[in-house]
Amino acid sequence: MGETYTEEDLAKNLEQQEYKYGFTSDFESDKAPVGLNEDIIRFISAKKEEPEWLLEKRLQAFHAWEKMQEPDWAHVNYDKPDFQAISYYSAPKQTKKYESWDDVDPEMKETMKKLGISLEEQQRLTGTAVDFVVDSVSVATSFKKKLNELGIIFCSFSEAVQEHPELVKKYMGTVVPHTDNFYAALNSAVFTDGSFCYIPKGVRCPMELSTYFRINEGGTGQFERTLVVADKGSYVSYLEGCTAPMRDENQLHAAVVELISLDDAEIKYSTVQNWYPGNKEGVGGVFNFVTKRGLCERNAKISWTQVETGSAVTWKYPSCVLKGDNSVGEFYSVAVTNNFQQADTGSKMIHLGKNTSSTIISKGISAGQSQNAYRGLVQIHAGAENARNRSECDSLLLSDRSGAHTFPYIECKNNSARIEHEATTSKIGEDQIFYCQQRGIDPEKAIGLIVNGYCKEVLNHMPMEFAVEAQKLLEISLENSVG
Amino acid sequence: MELVVDNKVLEFVADFKKPEEGSEVRKQAMAALNGMDFPTTRIEEWKYTRVAKYVKRKYKQVQATANVENYKIADLNAHQLVFVNGYYDESLSTILEDDAVEIQNIDTLDEAYYSDLVDGTEENVFSLINKAYQTGGVSIQIKKNKKANHPIHLLHIVNGEEVIANARHFVHAENGSKAEIVATFHSENSENSFSNIVFEGHVETNASLTINKMQTEAKNMLHISNELFVQDESSNFLINTITTGSLLTRNGLNVIVEGENCHTEMNGAYLGTEKQHLDNHTLIDQLYSNCTSSESYQGVMDGKSVGVFNGKVIVRQDAQKIEAYQSNRNILLSKKASVNSKPELEIYADDVRCSHGSTIGELDPEAIYYLRSRGISEESAKQLLVAGFIGGVLDKVENEALRANIDDLFLKDFGWKF
Repeated sequence: MGETYTEEDLAKNLEQQEYKYGFTSDFESDKAPVGLNEDIIRFISAKKEEPEWLLEKRLQAFHAWEKMQEPDWAHVNYDKPDFQAISYYSAPKQTKKYESWDDVDPEMKETMKKLGISLEEQQRLTGTAVDFVVDSVSVATSFKKKLNELGIIFCSFSEAVQEHPELVKKYMGTVVPHTDNFYAALNSAVFTDGSFCYIPKGVRCPMELSTYFRINEGGTGQFERTLVVADKGSYVSYLEGCTAPMRDENQLHAAVVELISLDDAEIKYSTVQNWYPGNKEGVGGVFNFVTKRGLCERNAKISWTQVETGSAVTWKYPSCVLKGDNSVGEFYSVAVTNNFQQADTGSKMIHLGKNTSSTIISKGISAGQSQNAYRGLVQIHAGAENARNRSECDSLLLSDRSGAHTFPYIECKNNSARIEHEATTSKIGEDQIFYCQQRGIDPEKAIGLIVNGYCKEVLNHMPMEFAVEAQKLLEISLENSVG
Repeated sequence: MELVVDNKVLEFVADFKKPEEGSEVRKQAMAALNGMDFPTTRIEEWKYTRVAKYVKRKYKQVQATANVENYKIADLNAHQLVFVNGYYDESLSTILEDDAVEIQNIDTLDEAYYSDLVDGTEENVFSLINKAYQTGGVSIQIKKNKKANHPIHLLHIVNGEEVIANARHFVHAENGSKAEIVATFHSENSENSFSNIVFEGHVETNASLTINKMQTEAKNMLHISNELFVQDESSNFLINTITTGSLLTRNGLNVIVEGENCHTEMNGAYLGTEKQHLDNHTLIDQLYSNCTSSESYQGVMDGKSVGVFNGKVIVRQDAQKIEAYQSNRNILLSKKASVNSKPELEIYADDVRCSHGSTIGELDPEAIYYLRSRGISEESAKQLLVAGFIGGVLDKVENEALRANIDDLFLKDFGWKF
C-alpha cells in the first residue's frame, strides 16, 4: 500500500461522518400551540396537573425571563432562536403507564433498540434502571420496585411533583434559582418534565441510575429539569445520555440540572451528549444551552464527567458550589467538535468552605471548521481556607480551519489557597505518529491510539457501561479513518 | 458643531486645553470621545478593574518642575528625556551624541502613525483622551541598520494635586536597527493624580527593540498606560514591565505581529501593598507563521492589594508553526490580598504549540522553615523567597545599571534587608 495516512485524511474522514442516530419515530404528539406567554405556562401546568405553588414558580420565572437578555458573551455565533416560534409542550399521546414490559408500544421498543439501549437488554444484562424520556414525558421506568425497597426515589419530575411535593418544593431552584440566567429562567418557566432522584440518608444506591433523553418532535424545544438530592452520607451514580434524530431545523434544548449533595454524600453525574450536530454544511443541529450546577455540603463530593460530541451550539458549564468544609468538586470532560459545530463549555468551581478542593480536566478536540472553547471559573472566596484547585485544559486541533480557545477565569481571595491552571494547544505531533509507525502501527491506528490515550484520563472516570458507550461515540468519529 | 457636555467623558475633558489649532488627529479623537463612556466592570476587558471613583475627579493639565536628580539612574549613560506632568522639559533633558537616534516632538509625527491601530485592538476612552489632549511626548527614530549608542531614558514625573499627565510617545525602529528604551514613571508631592500614557511603536524588518518600564508612582495615583507595538518580519521585541506604584495601575500592552519569524517577549513583575490594584492586560496577536512568543508575569500581593492579569494570545488562521508560551504566577502574602488571573488562548491554526499556566498560592512554609532553621529571621526569609520569586522576571532586565537601580528600589521601598 505504502500511502501515508495523514491528519488531513483523518480530518476529511471526520467531515464525511454522517450522523448515525438520525431517525424519527412516528408517535402522535400532543402539542401545545407555538409561542410563549402566561397562557402557555398555565396550559403546561394544567396539563401536568400541577399544584398551585409550582405554577406560581413558573410564572415568577417567566416574568424574570421577560426582563432578561439572551447572553452573548460566549465564543459562539448563531442565529438566535425565536422563542415565540417554539412549541413548549409535546408529549406522546399514549401517556398511560406500563406495569409490565410487554405493554410497551413495540415501535417504542424499536426506537430504543436503534439507540442501542433496549430496555430488555439493559434490564437483563446491566441491572441498570432506565428512565426513558421521549419528548418530555417519561413512559417507562424500571427497577422502581427494587429502588423503592431502599427508599430511593427515582422517577420523572412530574411524578415527583405529584407524589413527593415536599421534596421538590424544598430543593427545586435552590441551586439554580429561576433568576440565574436567561436559559435557566426559560426552563424554570416552561419545563415539561425531567427526572427526580432522592437517595435517603446513608443509602448507597446499588445501581447506576440512568435517563435517556431524546428529542423527537421536530420544532419542539426540550426543557428538561433534573433534580438529584443525595441525603446525608448517601451515594449515587447518575448517568445521562442523549441522542437526537436528524433534523434540518435548529432545535433548542435548555435544560437545568440541579444536584444537591448533603453532608458526607457523593454524587457522580456522567453525561454522554450526542445531540444532532447539524450536517456537513452546518445546517440544522441542536442548540444546547444547559445550566448544570451542584451544591456540596460538609464533606460532600460532586463529580461531573461528560463526553460531548453533539449539538450545533453548546453552551454548558457544569459547576460545583463547594459550600461545606472539606467538600470536593470534580469535572472531567471530553468535547469533540466537527464540521461547523461550536462549543463553549467548561466548569465553574466556587470555593466557599474550608479545605475544599476541586479538579478540572478538560480535553477538547476540534476538527472541520468547528470552534471549541473552554471557559472556566475557579473562585476562591475569602473564607475558603486551604482551598485547592488544579485545572488542566488541553486542546487538540485536527484541522487548520478549526479553532481551540481557552478562557479560564481565576479569582482568589484567600492567601492559603493553592491554584494551578495549565493549558496546552497543539496538533498530534508528527513525531508521535512516526514513533508509532516505527513500531509497526499504521498511521490511522496511531491517530486513534493517540486520541484515545488523550481522552483516557476522562473516560476512566466514567462508570464502566457508560465508558464503553462513550468510547463507541469517539470511535464513530474515528472509524472511517480506519481502513 | 458644538459638543454638548452630556456625558461623563466630555465633562472629564471639559477644562483640558482645546485642540483648536490642533491637528486633524486630535479633532477626530475628540469627536470620537463624544458618545463614549468610561468602562465599567460589566465590560469584559475591565471586569476586574473599577475606574469609576478615579474618573469622577476633576484633573487639571498643569506644567510644573521637579527634582530630576532623585530619579536619575546612575551609570545608565542614556539620552535622558524628562516629562513633568506630561510636558516635555527641555532644561532637564540631555540628548547625547548619537547618529542612530533622532528625537523629535511627537506633534511632528506623521499623522498616519497616530492611527496605526490594527485589527484586534481598539482605542479605548483613555487612549482617545490622550490622543486629543496630549501635552507632549517624543517620536524616536532609530535609523536604518544602526544601533543606538545609548539607551533612551524617558523619565516621567508627576508633581501636584489632581494633575493629569497625558504623555504620548512613538518609537520607530527602522529596518535592521537596534535600541533600548527605559521608561520610568515617578511622582513627587502627588496627590490623586493621573498618568494617562500612550506608548506606541513600530519595529520594522530585522529590527530589535527592548523596552524596560518601571513605575513607582505614589500610592494614591491612577496610572493607565496604553501600549501598542507592531512587529514586521524577523523582528525582535522585548518589553519588561515592573510595577510597584499607583493606587490603581492598568498596563494595557498590545503587540501585533505582522510578519514571519518574529520573536516577542513580554515579562512583568508587579508588587502590590496596601490597597493597590495592579492590572496587567496583554495581547499578542500572531498573524503570520513561524513566530515565537513568550510571556511571563509574576505578582506578589501584600496588604489588601489586588493583582489582575489578563493575557491573551491570538493565533490567526493560517499562522502556522507558532510557539506561544504564557505564564502568570502569583504569591499572596496577606489574608486580605487577592488575585484575578485570566490567561487566554484563542487559536485558529492547527500546527501550533501554545500553552499557558497560571498559579496562585502563598509562600511555601517549608521553605521558610528551612531558612529559619539556618538562622535567618522569618521576615528576611520571606523577603528572600519573594526576591527569588520575582528575580526570575527581573533577570530579564539585562541592562546592569537599570537592574541595580531596580534592586535599590526594592531594598528601599520594601525594606528588604539582605
